[in-house]
Amino acid sequence: MTTHYLVLSGLLFAIGALGVLIRRNAIVVFMCVELMLNACNLAFVTFSRQVGNLEGQVIAFFVMVVAAAEVVVGLAIIVTIFRTRRSASVDDANLLKY
Amino acid sequence: MESQIAEITQHTGGVIGVSWLMIAFPLLGAFILLVFNRFTNRWGHLLGVAMSLASFVVAVLAFFELIGFGEEARRRAVHLFEFIPGMPGEPPMVDMGLLIDPLSISFALLITGVGSLIHIYSIGYMSHDEHRRRFFAYLNLFVAAMLLLVLADNYVGLFIGWEGVGLASYLLIGFWQFKPSAAVAAKKAFVVNRVGDFGLLVGMFVIWTTFGTLAFKDLAAQTSGVENGTTLAIGLLLLLGACGKSAQLPLQSWLLDAMEGPTPVSALIHAATMVTAGVYLVVRSGAFFFHEGSGAALAVAIVGAATLLAGAIIGCAKDDIKKGLAGSTMSQIGYMMLGAGLGPAGYAFAIGHLITHGFFKADMFLGAGSVMHGMNDEVDMRKYGALRKVMPVTFITFFIGYLAIIGFPLLSGYFTKDGIIETAVHHQPVLGWLAVLGAGITGFYMSRMVFMTFFGQKRWADDAHPHESPAVMTWPLIILSIGSIFLGGYLILSNTLMLFLSPAVGRPAELPEFHFTSVPGLATLALVAVGAAFAWMRYGRVEVPAVQPRGNFLTTFARRDLYGDALNESLFMRPGQWLTRIAVFFDNRGVDGLVNGLAAGIGGSSGRLRRIQTGFARTYALSILIGAALLTGALLLVGNI
Repeated sequence: MTTHYLVLSGLLFAIGALGVLIRRNAIVVFMCVELMLNACNLAFVTFSRQVGNLEGQVIAFFVMVVAAAEVVVGLAIIVTIFRTRRSASVDDANLLKY
Repeated sequence: MESQIAEITQHTGGVIGVSWLMIAFPLLGAFILLVFNRFTNRWGHLLGVAMSLASFVVAVLAFFELIGFGEEARRRAVHLFEFIPGMPGEPPMVDMGLLIDPLSISFALLITGVGSLIHIYSIGYMSHDEHRRRFFAYLNLFVAAMLLLVLADNYVGLFIGWEGVGLASYLLIGFWQFKPSAAVAAKKAFVVNRVGDFGLLVGMFVIWTTFGTLAFKDLAAQTSGVENGTTLAIGLLLLLGACGKSAQLPLQSWLLDAMEGPTPVSALIHAATMVTAGVYLVVRSGAFFFHEGSGAALAVAIVGAATLLAGAIIGCAKDDIKKGLAGSTMSQIGYMMLGAGLGPAGYAFAIGHLITHGFFKADMFLGAGSVMHGMNDEVDMRKYGALRKVMPVTFITFFIGYLAIIGFPLLSGYFTKDGIIETAVHHQPVLGWLAVLGAGITGFYMSRMVFMTFFGQKRWADDAHPHESPAVMTWPLIILSIGSIFLGGYLILSNTLMLFLSPAVGRPAELPEFHFTSVPGLATLALVAVGAAFAWMRYGRVEVPAVQPRGNFLTTFARRDLYGDALNESLFMRPGQWLTRIAVFFDNRGVDGLVNGLAAGIGGSSGRLRRIQTGFARTYALSILIGAALLTGALLLVGNI
């Protein structure tokens, strides 16, 4: 039974990771990151149910809180970059390099 | 080994008790002249002369007090102070004291006597030099150091004096240091002397470790009179020291260049006194390390014989009057070394020759200085000629010195040199006959010098107006030439010097008798006559070319100082330069290369590595993913094991 959830979680994580790697739009990359986080949440909850204690579910809450905080900071950065450079492409923001 | 060497007696009181004044006077003079420098400019030279004379007076008084003692009690030790204290509860390692004995007082009289004459002469010679006061300070310093060298009753005091005369010699050779040649000559003398000093110093180390003492008195009790490996090594090391100071082969190269110093310096230091320090060292150590017939003594004699020939050959080709005399000095000290290498039989003749040589060579050097003084400091004998008429006093005194050095019968050099030759022929026939040959060459080159300078035609430079030197310069010449006439006969004829010295150095079982018609003596006279006649044919009868002719192979050989400098250059200087070049190369390429290469390698690789930081967020994400995947895979792998 839990196998299906774990497979789904893996699929979601893979889709999210692939999205992060191949999409250029910062908003979409951001959404993909959220997808990976949620895939992890699903895995946590699944294992929590399988093992029979609540630790996994507690950690899922922590992940959500972190994700919310991350959205606040991340979206603010993306919006600011978009305002100054008229672009939301992650490849355009490449000044921090050698 | 002769056993007549007397015990050393401790002495207090009297003039001998204050014989340290001999050293103190000139030392004080040097101190005052150097510390109060230009305030003493007006009377500095007079103070210098007074200090030297005061030292001479003390030496004479000490001499008379010494001969007042019986022959067996003529070695008086005066304790001065504890120099190097020992461990608590143990006697001091080195006690500083003076040893007044026939040997050291002979030297002291020569040093202060001839030294004072040269001081007086220098008043005239250096009268136009604005640094005359400094010159006298150095002269005084030299006299003090030389007296310490001969009077000290241990090797440490001797060594301090030894280094002191080396310093004074350096300062005086380079007195006109604005001339590059003088500065270089001073440095050369110092460096070459260091090689010899190294020998003396190591010799002293070995003496200390073997016998536990450096005092002559204790050594006399400890050395057995039999040569073994250690004493042979000590003897050879001391001989190296003697070679350095006395300009003997192979450390002879500095003496000819040392003629860059003012002429009184050449007379005092590089002819009459300092260069004889090596002879003193050998004779003083004779009872300890140079036993009669030992290997070390043989080495001394061989070095002496080789040098007497080398110096004579060099003297034949020099046109610079001072360098000619320097070659002759080398040669004459070679005779002394040869005598000193023959044991007690030769000591008296070696010291006798040293004393008479001190007179006639100082006489000739000062005569050469007098000539230069009148000839605008010209030293090239090819620009002299016919000076006997304008410089009569200089000529006569120089001529007496000349007759003395070639061994003209009944003059000083005749007796002392002949004594050495006869003793050498008796003990070491080969070396003895070489010495006879050397005497013949001496006859040639000294005659050449006299003919070129005082006879023949005028070859003067246009602006030269030769004139006789002032009385302050000629009187020392006259006194020295009187010594050159009579001293040798007085010292040798009835064995005066040998008997006087015997408490200090021993004497042969049979006293030698002077024969006027011995085979080596007559052979010497004949060879000298041939040499002088040959010189007359080449330089007296015919016109001397004003420009140096090219000369054959042998002339070039002698002009170039027997290629001594070239030999040193190829044996020591070049390999030394190679060594420094290798060291520099190793430093630049090896050490620096390692450090610089490491830095460059890190810099270069980091320059390439930083290209990884592309600035594309997605690249970083990919590397994180790959890293995470690898980490996971690794964990799975480890978990499965």
